Amino acid sequence: MERIPILQMEDVLLVTIQVDMHDKLALTLQDELTAYIVTARARGVLIDISALEIVDSFIGRVLSNIAAMARVLDAETVVVGMQPAVAITLVELGLSLTGVRTALNVEKGLAFLRAAPAQGGRHDDRPQV
Amino acid sequence: MRSNGASKLAEIIQNETRELLADWIEQQCAANTLRRDLMNERELREQSQQFLRTFSEAVQHGTLTDIMGPAWATVRELLEHISSSRATQGFSASETATFVFSLKQPLFARLRRAHGRDANGLADDIWQATVLLDTLGLYCTELYQQSREGIIARQQQELLELSTPVVQLWDGVLALPLIGTLDSARTQMVMESLLQRIVETGSDIAIIDITGVPVVDTLVAQHLLKTVAAARLMGAECLISGIRPQIAQTIVHLGVDLGDVTTKATLAGAFAVALQRTGQRLQKS
Repeated sequence: MERIPILQMEDVLLVTIQVDMHDKLALTLQDELTAYIVTARARGVLIDISALEIVDSFIGRVLSNIAAMARVLDAETVVVGMQPAVAITLVELGLSLTGVRTALNVEKGLAFLRAAPAQGGRHDDRPQV
Repeated sequence: MRSNGASKLAEIIQNETRELLADWIEQQCAANTLRRDLMNERELREQSQQFLRTFSEAVQHGTLTDIMGPAWATVRELLEHISSSRATQGFSASETATFVFSLKQPLFARLRRAHGRDANGLADDIWQATVLLDTLGLYCTELYQQSREGIIARQQQELLELSTPVVQLWDGVLALPLIGTLDSARTQMVMESLLQRIVETGSDIAIIDITGVPVVDTLVAQHLLKTVAAARLMGAECLISGIRPQIAQTIVHLGVDLGDVTTKATLAGAFAVALQRTGQRLQKS
């Protein structure tokens, strides 16, 4: 079964979605990503969807959910590289992904995560990598 | 009786073309529907002559009731040309149709002379000629309308293309000066061109300037918010500037919630915010 690779860059997880997202794949990603955030003690998640040309309401909601779950686990999620057509579709569907950070590309998303002040107190006792 | 009458109509048009044309032109020149400011007499004479020539040919070879038949093809073509040229010259629809209708009077006068005391034949012929010229006149109006609609559609398209420029103000700062009313079609176009430019230039901030938008109602506000939301999904922030006092009042009275969108009264104010957010500074030397 195909899987979406999750890469770890220091304390940031990078997920690049390059295949068409179907519902089951999205749910698998949600499971694996939350587990990974906990084991890697990540403080940021970058989801690159620049290769995605179709995002339906379900995938939109999964992205929203992942961001909310990551926040509970004290990690900030940034969705990067959304295509104009996808953005228009999501807005027309009434999904504006509130609570999800966005950036134009991976570089800017990473810069944002680096600049963002640590949230919560748990981060302080995390060993520096 | 009818066939005899029909031949009289064709006969007159064929044999008295010259006199008919002279009378017709004289009458057209005398009528107050002639627009001397839009076309000169020579052009009118030329058009009348061409029309009468093709008309007489068609009357001879075709049936008088079916102007869509092959015998009338040249007449239709000529009318098409005349209608579209008059539409662009600025004639009104009735002025264009009068060109055909005005042929009635000289034609009927000749029919009356030819029939003499034969009232039935005259009535038949006049009826036939009326139906024919009315059909041609209406056809003329229809063509006129079509070419006017063509002009309007073209202008609309041009306006749409003209009215959505996205300009780059600074490194990472785009501006979208909106002018005119925002409807769904325009919003779609504005949104697409803005998002496309955001991707191309990698800009973090886009300023939507609505100084030139005359009315902001709930629908326009919704369209604006949609654009802002779409830009935000891509990772760019939108500022709205150029909100005039009346617009601010309308927005509040309507209860429109602009949410957490940053708004500024002037483009300059929004630009200052944009520079600040992108960590840049302008300084007088």
